[in-house]
Amino acid sequence: MSKSKSFLASISAFLLSVFASPASAEYALNLPEPVAPLTAQMYDLHMLTTKIATIIMVIVIGLVTYAILRFRKSKGFEADQNFHKSAFGTWSWILVPVIVLGIDLTIAGSAIDALNQVEDYSQKNDVTVKVIGSQWKWTYEYMEDDVRVVSNMLSKEEAGEHYLRAVDNPLVLPVGKRIRFLHTASDVLHAWWVPEIVYKKDSIPGYINETWTIIEKEGTYRGQCAENCGTGHAFMPIVVEAVSQDKYDAWMTEKKSAMQVAAAEASSDKTWTLEELMTRGEQVYNTNCVACHQANGEGVPGAFPALKGGPIATGPVEGHIDMVMNGSSKNPVMAAWAGALNDLELAALITYERNAWGNNTGDVIQPSDIKSVRK
Amino acid sequence: MSAVIHEAHDDGHHDGPPAGFKRWLYSTNHKDIGTMYLIFALVMLFLGGAMAMLIRVELFMPGLQIVEPDFYNNLVTDHALIMVFGLVMPAAAGMANWMIPMMIGAPDMALPRMNNMSFWLLPAAAILLVSSMAVQFIPGTGVPVNTGWTLYPPLSVQTGLGMDLLIFSVHLLGISSIMASINIVTTILNMRAPGMPLMKMPLFVWAWLFTGLLLIIIMPVLAGGVTMLLFDRHFGTSFFDAAGGGDPVLFQHLFWFFGHPEVYVLLLPSIGVLGLVIPTFSRKPLFGYKPLVFFMGFLFALGLVVWAHHQYTIGMSLGATTYFMIGTILISIPVGLMIFNFIFTMWRGSMTFETPMLFAIAIILMFSFAGVTGVMLAVVPADLQYHDTYFVVAHFHYALIPGAVFGLYAGVFYWLPKWTGHMYNETHGKIFFWWTTLSFNLTFFPQHFSGLAGMPRRIVDYNIQYIEFNQISSIGGILFGLSHLLFLYIIIKTVKGGEKATDKPWEGAQIGTPGLEWTLPSPPPFHSFTTPPQIK
Repeated sequence: MSKSKSFLASISAFLLSVFASPASAEYALNLPEPVAPLTAQMYDLHMLTTKIATIIMVIVIGLVTYAILRFRKSKGFEADQNFHKSAFGTWSWILVPVIVLGIDLTIAGSAIDALNQVEDYSQKNDVTVKVIGSQWKWTYEYMEDDVRVVSNMLSKEEAGEHYLRAVDNPLVLPVGKRIRFLHTASDVLHAWWVPEIVYKKDSIPGYINETWTIIEKEGTYRGQCAENCGTGHAFMPIVVEAVSQDKYDAWMTEKKSAMQVAAAEASSDKTWTLEELMTRGEQVYNTNCVACHQANGEGVPGAFPALKGGPIATGPVEGHIDMVMNGSSKNPVMAAWAGALNDLELAALITYERNAWGNNTGDVIQPSDIKSVRK
Repeated sequence: MSAVIHEAHDDGHHDGPPAGFKRWLYSTNHKDIGTMYLIFALVMLFLGGAMAMLIRVELFMPGLQIVEPDFYNNLVTDHALIMVFGLVMPAAAGMANWMIPMMIGAPDMALPRMNNMSFWLLPAAAILLVSSMAVQFIPGTGVPVNTGWTLYPPLSVQTGLGMDLLIFSVHLLGISSIMASINIVTTILNMRAPGMPLMKMPLFVWAWLFTGLLLIIIMPVLAGGVTMLLFDRHFGTSFFDAAGGGDPVLFQHLFWFFGHPEVYVLLLPSIGVLGLVIPTFSRKPLFGYKPLVFFMGFLFALGLVVWAHHQYTIGMSLGATTYFMIGTILISIPVGLMIFNFIFTMWRGSMTFETPMLFAIAIILMFSFAGVTGVMLAVVPADLQYHDTYFVVAHFHYALIPGAVFGLYAGVFYWLPKWTGHMYNETHGKIFFWWTTLSFNLTFFPQHFSGLAGMPRRIVDYNIQYIEFNQISSIGGILFGLSHLLFLYIIIKTVKGGEKATDKPWEGAQIGTPGLEWTLPSPPPFHSFTTPPQIK
């Protein structure tokens, strides 16, 4: 009896928490408030099934409670040995499935509506972003504008209360536009998910999955990688900045000119000094390599090799260039970077790795060296 | 001639068990092998439970406290594998071994020597599984198995030596359970006493018939999947590597073709136990025995064809997704009927509330809850939000702990008097029930909320917004873990002594479709039913 009471208590706590205004609570108890048409539909569907679930639980708990209060031997209740042979007992096996089927079809009906919307790719998209998951960061490519953003987790000091849900370069998107996401991965499975604006589809190497959304409200929306991707799975946050179209255009223009400057630099014939390359190399390293090889270059023993005093970073230059550009043939975790980084970035990165943390090989690799390897 | 055979027969029976380790190592006796299965499961319960408690201690606070990220996900992986393959399946097989021959009036299992082998493969598999975890402490063995129990490639191709040991362990576990299943199915179909047609078998026997058939169908698929993984890892094949023309998603289909019916493998034996416990303590026959049997068959068939609801996010076609969604929602029909029939078995009964019955009632309530969250998860558009969050973790722990583990506890308390010849201490049993049930809910109920708020599974560190629910969960988890020390104490105490149990310790055990175990003394002789019993 008191057990069922404790159950009732926990269920009513659940009810209260679910139906009490989900936005106001400091403790998030429900799905976050949706700001896109599709996530709003999902939210409604979630509330519908939650209500049906609650009603079913109330009925089940009610029946069980009544039974254990009333049909007790201690109250002298004699068992009805023929109850299962009554008309109810004979025919309930049809009754129950029919009722359950009715509930099922109600749920399935609204679900199929929403599902058709999710899978509706017939409309024109204003912005297409290719989302590439890799161990352990996200890369966003704006397909129309040819702009690329690499998004890494912020450290505890920089992120404060948003630690594990804060990044250095967020994905900037305009509100009110239809945005298409193309999901893929470079190494293992990942899943890109920002509950307020867009649902999950896995990022699978060799696949391109598609999701879409229209963000209705400006703001910062946060999420995390949802599919286990190994050591750094907990450290792959996602941040979306939804801004007005004007701000988005301004951001995009700035980004494009910065990229043009970088591209011009990379293809110029300038000979770079060790100091210049070290400064740039450190930036490239901190964006792309730090997740595994760590800021101190010592890696993670047993999982990621150390670059500090490591055989490749202090060995022949050709071997080092080959490893960075083409990845490791032995260890699939070490990706090939030839496609993702330009000549200057590669040259700076390799120079940095060969001279940082006391490696001090004194080698200076120029973009032209990389260019010749590319050919 | 017949007299000679009879004499030889008799000799065997009056000998009793052989002395020393040979009794266990060479055993072909269904009761001894059943006991070994149950002891093995108990050991694994504590091993898997210790891992779970380590996980909860780590998650008590944000930040990395006691374990590294890879070791954490290794714990998550091995906790699942140990609980599924080490605890629930061996415990259910142990009960099948002990009870099915006695229930159907058979002298032993149909294939006693194979029975011995299917048990003794388990310790070997367990050693491999534990070594797969231990090798990470040897330098140069690569990344530990950090994939979760689903072993999805490409991540599982990246991991080190531990994965190979784990794959071999899964092979042995698979062989063991296929052999056990063949044995149980054969025993049920061929060894029933005259006068016990299929439709008079106790529900537990029916449940195991379906479980055995399921295992025979699904285990080879898992074995094939992990073998392909082994080839991808070492022999240059590209079954699961898109760069070589393979498909990472193929493994997910193979895994879940096994993985989803596996849920029913874990669940059905416990449903079978409920089908005996509830009529016993309600003192009236099972409500709708025939529908229960047929809908169990329906569940068996439907369960085999809905696996991809674990992979709604992989980007299947609209048609396939819709099919898997509707198929999955329809599972609520057989499950709903089971819950309904169990409630109406209690209806108009004359109930008493011994420990097995308390567990049975708690299962009805908590498993219904898992059922309704299951329907929520089946709805694809909503699942695209729930998928891979703690909401899923909460759902399947509500399904598997009440649905499978508590069902086995009910079975242990129900049959302990028969197995040991002693009554357990009812007060201790009830304390254990309340302690586990309350702490279980404290552990897993809050996880629904952290999941909805966006906390993904398999993360070693979390944002501070999730701290409250994780702390409640961790406190509950530690209490839940500790409650099992009382369970161990009750079992040891009952085995050693206690009030003498009668042949029929439960007043209502003979009602409806009971097994023949209650016609035997408590504890039963080493060899029982050497001549087929007569059933009226």
